[in-house]
Amino acid sequence: MFKVRVIPCLDVKDGRVVKGVNFVDLRDAGDPVEAAVAYDAAGADELCFLDINATHENRGTMMDVVRRTAEACFMPLTVGGGVRTVDDIRALLRAGADKVSINSAAVSRREFVKEAAEKFGDQCIVVAIDAKRVKRAGGGERWEIFTHGGRNSTGIDAVEFAQEVVSLGAGEILLTSMDRDGTRQGFDIPLTQAIADSVHVPVIASGGVGNLDHLVEGIRSGHATAVLAASIFHFGEFTIREAKDHMVRAGLPMRLDP
Amino acid sequence: MSVAIIDYGSGNLHSAAKAFERAARSMDVPDKIIVTRDPEVVFRADRIVLPGVGAFADCRKGLDSLDGMVEAMTEAVRDKARPFFGICVGMQLMATRGKEHVTTDGLNWIAGDVEKISPREENLKIPHMGWNTLDMVREHPVLERLPLGPKGRHAYFVHSYHLNATNEADVLARADYGGPVTAMVGKDTAIGTQFHPEKSQRFGLALISNFLKWKP
Repeated sequence: MFKVRVIPCLDVKDGRVVKGVNFVDLRDAGDPVEAAVAYDAAGADELCFLDINATHENRGTMMDVVRRTAEACFMPLTVGGGVRTVDDIRALLRAGADKVSINSAAVSRREFVKEAAEKFGDQCIVVAIDAKRVKRAGGGERWEIFTHGGRNSTGIDAVEFAQEVVSLGAGEILLTSMDRDGTRQGFDIPLTQAIADSVHVPVIASGGVGNLDHLVEGIRSGHATAVLAASIFHFGEFTIREAKDHMVRAGLPMRLDP
Repeated sequence: MSVAIIDYGSGNLHSAAKAFERAARSMDVPDKIIVTRDPEVVFRADRIVLPGVGAFADCRKGLDSLDGMVEAMTEAVRDKARPFFGICVGMQLMATRGKEHVTTDGLNWIAGDVEKISPREENLKIPHMGWNTLDMVREHPVLERLPLGPKGRHAYFVHSYHLNATNEADVLARADYGGPVTAMVGKDTAIGTQFHPEKSQRFGLALISNFLKWKP
């Protein structure tokens, strides 16, 4: 039976985990590779690294992190942050990433999604969408794409954008609500559902997880295929196993392999 | 003993090589894992691994760009009965034809076409991306002592196409994704998995170990 995925996400800056990971006794809580190994052992279904200050100069640092992670962990790995060219993608895949997440480059140049999918296959191209609620001119609300950590408005409708990038070859959508990110109030369920119901590829819900019920809601009400969370896992509030046990109790199919 | 992993530009090459190295380390006499573009090395190897991600036609093109590689693989497997392991698109290439976007000839080791999966339930997304259990269709040494079935271990899948085998005898395992999906094929000394053992944690490493121990 096909299972729901739980994905911890690590923000990486200059090759170090931002704020560290405190859920187990790590020799070096700031080393992304150590954190990855711990999540691998804890039964995470996939890992996500986000290079939050990716620049041309520090790209090598992230490649090294990915390479060392792929040597130590035999689990699916998605890497995002600063991915702008076909060469960026090739280098990350060669280093051991399974999927590469494209964010602002997909907004500024849609064709990039198509080029990437044609070159490497739909299955490894994730488009990361950061969306925020805005008032419609004629009343009501909709979600718009924001870039640069939610600072820059683009005026692009999030649902239409998701459909467009999928038609260009995106194999998965990593959807983050900028309204909920960091609030611990749970996913933006109407947003998640609107996107998940409008595309045929898997949607990963992200942004706002504060408790384990939120994970269940993301799947059940948001119709997401997978859930991503950071702080509830990194700071030791809940283990991956506790999250999965909770989701099993809620009736969701989860992988509990030892 | 040497294991040749064919380097034809496939994205999962590094992960596959590392997983085979890890699995080999647990053997009494560790195999030597060689990543190679040289048909001569492949022809002489004791075991051969063909990784693969991306589109069928693209992978076929990449493989063909290595002069003499398909011949070396074919002769090693067919004439010298060397164990062969195709992973994901590497497995799909074992089929007669691929039908992803365009129709492309495969190696024709396993009769059948590589076709788009079409799950019955509308809420099941394509690609089939994530963890699924396996149902054994036919016993095989590479599946020995692995807990399969609905309560068994999981394998990691990422694909939109699968090998629709003509002969049921060539299918070793299936997964259910709104209908049957070919998860593993095997014929003579060649096996292939649609899922990624190099990304399937302990289960994947155990399966790779079984392949390394297999003496067909």
